[in-house]
Parts: sequence; structure tokens; C-alpha cells
Amino acid sequence: MQETQLIPHLFRTEYSKITAVLGKLFGFRDIGVAEDIASDTFLAATETWGLKGLPENPTAWLYAVAKNKARDHLRRVSLFEKKISGDLAREKNWQETDIDLSDQNIHDSQLQMMFAICQPCISTEAQIGLSLRILCGFGIDEIADAFLTNKETINKRLYRAREKLREENTEITMPTAAGIRERLEAVLTTLYLLFNEGYYSAGSNIALRKDLCLEAMRLTHLLTENEQTATSGVFSLLALMCFHSSRFEARLDQEGRMVPYEEQDTGLWNQELIQQGKYYMQKASQHNQLSPRYALEAAIAFCHTSREDTPQKWERILQFYNQLLRIEYSPIAALNRTYALARANSPEEAIREAEKLQLNDHYLYHSLLGHLYTGIDNAKACSYLERALQLARSEGDKRNIADRITKLGQKD
Amino acid sequence: MKEFLLLFRNDYKSMPASSPEQLQAIMKLWMDWIGSIAAQNKLSSAGNRLGGEGKVMRSNNVVTDGPYTEIKELVGGYTIVKADSLEEATELSKGCPILQVGGNVEIRPIVPM
Repeated sequence: MQETQLIPHLFRTEYSKITAVLGKLFGFRDIGVAEDIASDTFLAATETWGLKGLPENPTAWLYAVAKNKARDHLRRVSLFEKKISGDLAREKNWQETDIDLSDQNIHDSQLQMMFAICQPCISTEAQIGLSLRILCGFGIDEIADAFLTNKETINKRLYRAREKLREENTEITMPTAAGIRERLEAVLTTLYLLFNEGYYSAGSNIALRKDLCLEAMRLTHLLTENEQTATSGVFSLLALMCFHSSRFEARLDQEGRMVPYEEQDTGLWNQELIQQGKYYMQKASQHNQLSPRYALEAAIAFCHTSREDTPQKWERILQFYNQLLRIEYSPIAALNRTYALARANSPEEAIREAEKLQLNDHYLYHSLLGHLYTGIDNAKACSYLERALQLARSEGDKRNIADRITKLGQKD
Repeated sequence: MKEFLLLFRNDYKSMPASSPEQLQAIMKLWMDWIGSIAAQNKLSSAGNRLGGEGKVMRSNNVVTDGPYTEIKELVGGYTIVKADSLEEATELSKGCPILQVGGNVEIRPIVPM
């Protein structure tokens, strides 16, 4: 049935557009109303289209219904305030309120909503959750899935976040140039984390994980369409996401199990995404660079889009990690650097460096040492891999490590 | 975690000139060593090199050409690391490339005011 395929896709894209525009109109005071109107519109669509079939222009139909519901709401609010509070000054001339669902206003509203949501006064998980709900049209179930938690937790989290933004009188407007400089970092962090949810998540819903990555890319791209927010960091982040996404088809097998980089079918690597990434990297270099963090990560990701195994490639990657760690330490970067060190310098040096890292609680640390000791001291390699197996959490990771232990056993 | 200043000293004048390849190799040693400290999450600041020329201001506004020319060694640069003890900070200095060319590292605790 065509209808049932169309509605979920339409729901995602159009829900987020309608919510952004109405959200901006009503403000955080009534953001829940904006979300409800959008939901009701789609409910009406499901019911009506089910009976009468698809309208000629489904999007226009949705917008018309949403506008009517919004006007109804404004009228009720205005009448309420006139009758109950007698506050003539607050009366909105609801008949003339234009609910602008033009492309430009949709674009602007989504951009402004992004800045409004990515505030330090709410946790980063709340920022991502709210972004997924309001900006990406994700259902509560899907958000719960993405965070590997339940509906109640997500509902509570989003409720508290909306309350907090309401308390802080958060406005949904375009920040000033200074405001953009201040808040862009927070927005980029949220988008980066959103992308990681899809890319690294331990959840097994592959379609959902891909959608998370695509949404992160779509929102990041939105920033590049506006001159004030199209900074070097934004282009670098987008490039980074393109390079990582290019391997999506090859990274996961049918059971959602991770296929290691070395074993991936490079024929499944999306060359178009790689080209897009290169294009964005170039755009990034044309703008002033404030923090090279995303540029470095993009450069490293770019190195990995080709599987040539030369010392020069690994030396480049090593030096990028050296620079990255100087700007900002992260255990993953430290581990990845050590791997690059093994390939660029020597496994023995990498072992010495690895042992200084003291990341005993990370399964990846033990996994790395298991890898480095393989061929040098297989007994040690095995004990590190056993430890990694104990610490690993996802089924896919456990299986990969178990495979490696088996292979080691066969060597001795 | 406390901060420690590492001062790199060498007799730069008596060092032979290096070829571009050698300079490249030396650069890599420094990048890798600083990177190593950063990977341990013990780098506060990669620091900087210091230019060869300098002045010394003394009391009575007497200014002489510096650095201290009577001492052969020159402070060539500095780095700031984080560690729990002087011993730990000293341990970090072990891989410093300056040690391979006859130089030395002075490690001093930074005392916040």
C-alpha cells in the first residue's frame, strides 16, 4: 500500500518542519502545543488518507491542516486571555497571524531551534533527545531505542528539559554574531554526539542507527546554508561525518555485527560520500579556523578512506593524533594514536606507550594490547584479550574478541 | 594533579648544523614525545621554543645582551606537564629528544599564587 510507506517518511521530514515553525511561533512556553499540533496533523492524515486516499499534494495538505489547528489554538488562547484575564494588551490578532511555512522560514526556524535547544543549562543527553524529538521528528520509542533505555526515562528527560528551557525564558531567535561564536561549539558537540549515537551505538536496530547519522548530517548541513553559521569547524564536522558514513554499508553485517576495517569489502564503501567529504574539507580550509579539532578528525578520517598500507600514511595519522591530543585529550584518541604508532614506528614502542596509558577500565585498551602483543608474546596477548572479553558490552564486540582469542589459540 | 615546568637546556652553539632530513627527524622525535605525554593526559601545555637572542634587565635599569653569555647552556624551550609528584614529572622527561643531543631537562614544580 503506497500510503503506509509514504506516511512514516513524510512524518519525519514534515513533522520536524512544522514543529520548528510552530515552536518558534509559540516559544518554549508552549512548545508542547507545537509538538501536539504536529502529531494531531499526522493523525488526521492517517485517518483521512486511509479513507479517501492520498491527496494530490500531501505536503500542502499537511501544512493547511497544521495552520488551521495552530490558528484554532491561538484563537482559544486569545479568547481565554480576553475573558479570563481581561488582558487586552496580550490579545493576538489571530486572524492575521500568518503561519509561514515557506522554505526560508522552515530553514530559519530549524536553525534557530537548534541554537535554542543546545544550551548548557540542560544535559547533553537532553539536548540530543530534544533535538531528535523536535528537529528530527523521532518518536519517543525510537529515542528510547537510540539511548538503550525506556520510554518513561525519555519522557521524563524531555519534560524536564522543556521545563528548564521555559524557566530560563529561552528565546528561539537567531543569536547575534557573538552569540553564535559562543554557542556554535555546543551545537556542534550535540550534532557530533548525535552522529556518534548512530555510528558507535551498541543497539542492533541498523535502520535507526543509519537514520541518526543521516539526521546529524542533515542538521549540520543546515548550518552550512547560513552564512553566519557556515564556519570552518562546521564544514570539517560535515566532512568527518561523510567519511565515516561512507563505510556504513560495509561496517555492519546482516546481524548488526561490526566488521573490522581490515575485513570490510571496499566495494561497499560509498565513493560519492567520500567525494562530498573532500569537498567539505576544502570549504573548511577556505574559512578561518578557530579550533582545529574537527579539521584534524576529518583529516584522520580521510586517511582511512583509502586502505593503502604505507608507513607514510600511518606517520601522517600519527602526527594528526599527536596534534589532536594536544588540543583535547580523549581515551579513544589516545588508543587510536597508539595503534598508529605501532604502524608508523614499531609495535614494541607502541606496547611501551600503551602500558603508560593506564586505561584499565576500557575494553578497547585491553583489546589493543592483545593486538599489539600478537606475534610478540601470544600468552600475554591472550590474557589481554580475555580481559577485553570480560569488559566488552555489546554482543558484536564480544564475538569479535572471542574470534580473535580462538585464532590465537590456533596459532600456538 | 600538579603542574611542573620542564626547561630544556643545551649548548646550542657547539651543536653541528643539521640537514633538512635531520631536522625533520628531530621534529618527529619532539612531536612524538609531546604526543606521548598528551596521550597519557599529562600535558598542560606543549609550550614553545625560545629564540636565540635575548636581553637581561638588572637593577638600576642596566640592560645587557642576553641570555647569560657566561653560561654555555641556553634555555631552548619549555613545556608544562601535569603529574602527582616531582618523581612522576621527572619520569615523563625520560623520552625527551634533547637528551639525545647532549642537552638536559630541568623539572620544577609550579607553585600557584
